[in-house]
Amino acid sequence: MSDVPEHGAGTEPVRILAPDGSPVGDADVGLSPEELRALLRWMVLARRLDRECIALQRQGELTVYPGFEGQEAAQVGSAFALGQLDFVWPTFRELAAALVRGVDAVQYLQYHRGTWHGGPYDPRATRFGPICIPIATQLPHAAGYALGQRLDGTNAVTIAYFGDGSTSEGDFHEAANLAGVWRLPMVLFCQNNGWAISLPSSEQTAGEIWRRAEGYGFPGVRVDGNDVLAVHRATERALERARRGDGPTLIEAMTYRIGAHSTADDASRYRDDAEVEHARVTDPIMRFRNWLLATGIADDRFVMACDEEAETYALEVRAGVIATPAPPADWMFDWVYAAPPSSFERQRAEALG
Amino acid sequence: MAELTYRQAVAEGIAQEMERDPLVFLLGEDVADAGGAFKATVGLLERFGPERVRDTPISEEAIVGAAMGAAMTGLRPIAEIMFSDFLATCWDLIANQIAKTRYMTNGQISLPLVIRTANGAGSRFGAQHSQSLESWAMAVPGLKVVAPATPADAKGLLAGAIREPDPVIVFEHKSLYASKGEVPEGEHVEELGRALVRRAGEDVTIVALAAMVPRALDAAERLREEGVDAEVIDVRSLVPLDMSTIASSVAKTSRMFTVEENPRLCGWGAEIASIVAEGLFDDLDGPIVRITTPHVPLPAADELEDATVPSVERIVRAVLAAIG
Repeated sequence: MSDVPEHGAGTEPVRILAPDGSPVGDADVGLSPEELRALLRWMVLARRLDRECIALQRQGELTVYPGFEGQEAAQVGSAFALGQLDFVWPTFRELAAALVRGVDAVQYLQYHRGTWHGGPYDPRATRFGPICIPIATQLPHAAGYALGQRLDGTNAVTIAYFGDGSTSEGDFHEAANLAGVWRLPMVLFCQNNGWAISLPSSEQTAGEIWRRAEGYGFPGVRVDGNDVLAVHRATERALERARRGDGPTLIEAMTYRIGAHSTADDASRYRDDAEVEHARVTDPIMRFRNWLLATGIADDRFVMACDEEAETYALEVRAGVIATPAPPADWMFDWVYAAPPSSFERQRAEALG
Repeated sequence: MAELTYRQAVAEGIAQEMERDPLVFLLGEDVADAGGAFKATVGLLERFGPERVRDTPISEEAIVGAAMGAAMTGLRPIAEIMFSDFLATCWDLIANQIAKTRYMTNGQISLPLVIRTANGAGSRFGAQHSQSLESWAMAVPGLKVVAPATPADAKGLLAGAIREPDPVIVFEHKSLYASKGEVPEGEHVEELGRALVRRAGEDVTIVALAAMVPRALDAAERLREEGVDAEVIDVRSLVPLDMSTIASSVAKTSRMFTVEENPRLCGWGAEIASIVAEGLFDDLDGPIVRITTPHVPLPAADELEDATVPSVERIVRAVLAAIG
């Protein structure tokens, strides 16, 4: 039985841990026991927070929220590999990656609460770009950012997250092509989660996404996106390659969107429950926890401590989100331009009285 | 003062700013070795090298999208879109991302970038390479929009745009690239948001933009022979819009005409007309008249293109008809 969804299947992804947590490859990815435990902790915190966010939306505290359950290893494994100066261009489903980068969850969730105009965390300080809701626009931005990093003379790298659906947009092609031609220090990280709202990957593209890299003149790799060790190693290799000046890498992380596209979507309308249950067998957290326990890198006490911390953390974030007030109405005119044009005086008076 | 062509003035404006600020760089299709499809970037590659004068693949989305990413690293990109018609492929990046990023980050991110593009008719390039699209850009909050009519402004407004903290689209006009005019020597920078009275007059106000400015000036000379003293205002900057210069003129002449190359519906003149109608109603002696390209795609045939875009004759005719 394949441990990845069948959509877009064909090439077996690179894997270190089997779904039951037993190693099938070299499990030494160069991380210390403490770092390995941190990977589990982040995944557990992220999943618990994700579920809390869905509850917050159902209770009217968030307007809409796109869950990422099932994709914890893809996000945590990749984000954990980044250096301090590396920069992330996210989609709207990278909360787990954001947490690893040190983005404050209460600030991040203002986006989904609708209390700011957009993403309220500081993208420069956190090295985590603005949440990107138009599909795939972050990819050309990431290419430009990577160019800027190179012209700055640092060896920092830009990583751009996107989904299988994004690869059907022209932006993906144009950005990947530019990254190849200019040998930009960039990692194109695709989370192929099987579904783009209601469209399965098999109907999104007839080919395999990782193979497209060859056409752009750089390497592509398909990894098991539910295997945090495999994701981490693939990302680290791509980052090293970019730092050496050898250009971009396309990573296709095969994972699965356990939940709906967002809280505004009902996946049962187009997807069999049986498929979701099958996907749960490949759960990234269970897999990695089993391996950590089997190797003795973590014990039951650590696992329980993670769960307890996650519980407290989710409640803290909940309280922070709920405490965030609505913005004042006169904010509508703020930050449209660096300085308001004189035409705003009349419009302000008309709108606000 | 030196006499330069409009296209030379564009290149001088870019060079002036690249010389001043090492963060300024240029990217676009055929801007380096070829010196630009309209030869407006000739000499820049030799002067500033391939890192700062960058040819790109035929990827307009990537050009403007990468300009935004580069601007976020502190660079000040000048992105060239060869024909303004190609902006149609870039609108997700420009209208949804570039224009809104300062707003959506509550002011945390500035995007000091310029998109230069060749706009307008006169070259017989047909419906997909001759449009006047400044009113598209004007309709997007967060963008600034300028359209120079003279070589001096081609340099000065471009330099001003490059120094802006906000994203600016500079609509250069294809039919003006070969025109010549005096350009101040040394550093020349124009502030955005200032209209200019190009010809003073007492009887009517004619408000024009880009290639319609010289036509309006020619029409004003013809009107003088008919006993009408026209004041011609060059709008120069659509966003921000200098309504005070226009309003002062209309308060004096009591009649306003706009001359717009864009198709009629929702052209920039409609916005100016509405502001004048609302604020200066009692000063007006007659209806505001818009002289525009009709609401049709730009035809390719010489005779049709000439008949479509407002001509000197049409301006004169419209003014005389309106003032009776």
